[in-house]
Amino acid sequence: MNVADKKRLLREMLFARRFEERCYEAYVERKIGGFLHLYSGEEACAHGVLDAAKPGHDYVITSYRDHIHAIKCGADPRKVMAELYAKETGSSRGRGGSMHIFDVGHRFMGGYALVGGPFPLAAGIAKAIKMKGGDEICICFLGDAANNQGTFHESLNMARLWELPVLYVCENNLYGIGTRIDRSTAVIDQYKRVSGYNIPSAQEDGQDIEKVFKAAKKAVNHVRSGKGPYFLELMTYRYRGHSMSDSNAYRSKGEERMWSNRDPIIMLRDRLIEAGHISKADYKAMDNEILDEIEDDIIAFAESSPQPRVDELEKYTLAENDPWVYGGGR
Amino acid sequence: MAEIMYWEAIRRAHDEEMANDPLVICMGEDIAVAGGTYKATQGLYDKYGAERVIDTPISENGYTGLGIGASFLGVRPIIEIMSVNFAWLAMDQLFNSAAKVRYMSGGQLTAPVVVRSPGGTAHQLGAQHSARMEKIFMGIAGLRVVTPSSPKQAYGLLKSAVRCNDPVFINEHELMYNMKGEVADEEFFHPLEGSEITREGRDVTLFGYNISVHWCMQAADILANQFAIDAEVVDLYALAPLDRAGIAASVRKTHRAVIVEEAEPAVGVGAEVMAIINEECFFELDAAPQRVSAVHVPIPYNHALEKAAIPNANDVVMAVRKMLGK
Repeated sequence: MNVADKKRLLREMLFARRFEERCYEAYVERKIGGFLHLYSGEEACAHGVLDAAKPGHDYVITSYRDHIHAIKCGADPRKVMAELYAKETGSSRGRGGSMHIFDVGHRFMGGYALVGGPFPLAAGIAKAIKMKGGDEICICFLGDAANNQGTFHESLNMARLWELPVLYVCENNLYGIGTRIDRSTAVIDQYKRVSGYNIPSAQEDGQDIEKVFKAAKKAVNHVRSGKGPYFLELMTYRYRGHSMSDSNAYRSKGEERMWSNRDPIIMLRDRLIEAGHISKADYKAMDNEILDEIEDDIIAFAESSPQPRVDELEKYTLAENDPWVYGGGR
Repeated sequence: MAEIMYWEAIRRAHDEEMANDPLVICMGEDIAVAGGTYKATQGLYDKYGAERVIDTPISENGYTGLGIGASFLGVRPIIEIMSVNFAWLAMDQLFNSAAKVRYMSGGQLTAPVVVRSPGGTAHQLGAQHSARMEKIFMGIAGLRVVTPSSPKQAYGLLKSAVRCNDPVFINEHELMYNMKGEVADEEFFHPLEGSEITREGRDVTLFGYNISVHWCMQAADILANQFAIDAEVVDLYALAPLDRAGIAASVRKTHRAVIVEEAEPAVGVGAEVMAIINEECFFELDAAPQRVSAVHVPIPYNHALEKAAIPNANDVVMAVRKMLGK
């Protein structure tokens, strides 16, 4: 990872943090409805892994904590914010919401709100890639708690059995909603759980983007070279509750402090400052620029966009004018 | 025009669609090397190979989800779930992923999968192998449900389902795979919407679907021959969406309706058709619509009890006679 890449990733991660924190504010102001799951604290996972892959070319699928993965794949942040604002200009035309961001043009195949739901979908995307003979891979990001669903086991089994080009990334933030991993899960180290399916795996510090990048490069190369699936566990932490309706009372202040001392953005920033690649003033300027962009460009776009039309309520339920519904139009 | 069995019709549709499009695949338990429990995929493994004709692990939700994911990229999977009872396990992926992805992505993604599965009560298979689940599937927005009553429909509906861009659930029946019927030698595609008047009549409409169409036809013969009642039979091969116009048109003609379903009555096809009749043509009715349904019990193993739980043509005859006072 060269200096230019590090500086770019610092900006991308800071943008992600500011974007999510602005979502928090908009939610408190009731501009955003429903459930809202924020990625603050986990930025190095998506950015490190996807920088080691080919976002926009490789297929990516994830859970409901999906804004940042979509943006890293190439989704327009204005459209992501407009989706949260439930506007027609949103990435899912206001029909999806925070948990269902899609940008198929950039091969971001969606956020799904059933814990563990994307496991088999990712294997299926990989099956299609393999059938079509492309060099893409599918990357599936899910939390540690998803591994307690049956789909985890069913999908790993099939992915290995059929040698599918899928990289499963476990963002282990130690909590399934409000239940700490040791109270819900018999095996704490998630990467060990996949050995039963003979799938290569690794565990890495998910707060240090350089380490994430290095581990992900190995994982991506493995999958892209046709050797079948890989499982990468990243140890991380979310600063906010599971969702905005979460009181977050189940975690101690000490634990939160410990993790905020290992903030992925601050760690990278300090490294770049120490090495003399940026100054504190540069960082402050970058932050201000991001804040302005979010306010003047992204929020303004979401605010000023139109609502979906109520007379289009039923649109997108089924395919429109599909001739095969009517006997092939013959 | 050849007379072939229901399973042969399904096999032929698979074969033609796989020959037509290299992205059509089929998958399910024992469908490849063994050729399928009901022979619906017999010979396809040898013809198209292991990449396209796939024996899956016994992981219904997993392989259904895998098929759905593949369909996002244009693959057209035909997924066989060996028994509809096992399809309960795949409901998460079918309902939460396949049926909703078009809507929640604002039209960006679609899941053109076909899931075929036999339901129905066969021969003493007991409570966990005798479910009739069409009522569950037909209530889910974003999913099409069809249910063939003949080899011709079994062939033509599968052909259209494979090419349609929506997810389609095909409700088959364990007792019907060896049923014979004529299927045209030329390729054809059956509409996925609508209904079919199987027998014209003036006095009462018998609505059936899948196996119950045959009970309705038997009942109509008995009613004509023994009671001088001229029954119309309407085949509701499409359960989602139901053919509101077709249902109303027949009731406007006969002014009486009996809905015949193999499933339990609660929240079922009969209830839904009655609601449509009320909404569309209530004042055309000369009698309150009736339904002939299963008894509301888990299907028993004992054969006499099993038979008693499921309706038959005689029950249809009795319902019509009571309605007409004959």
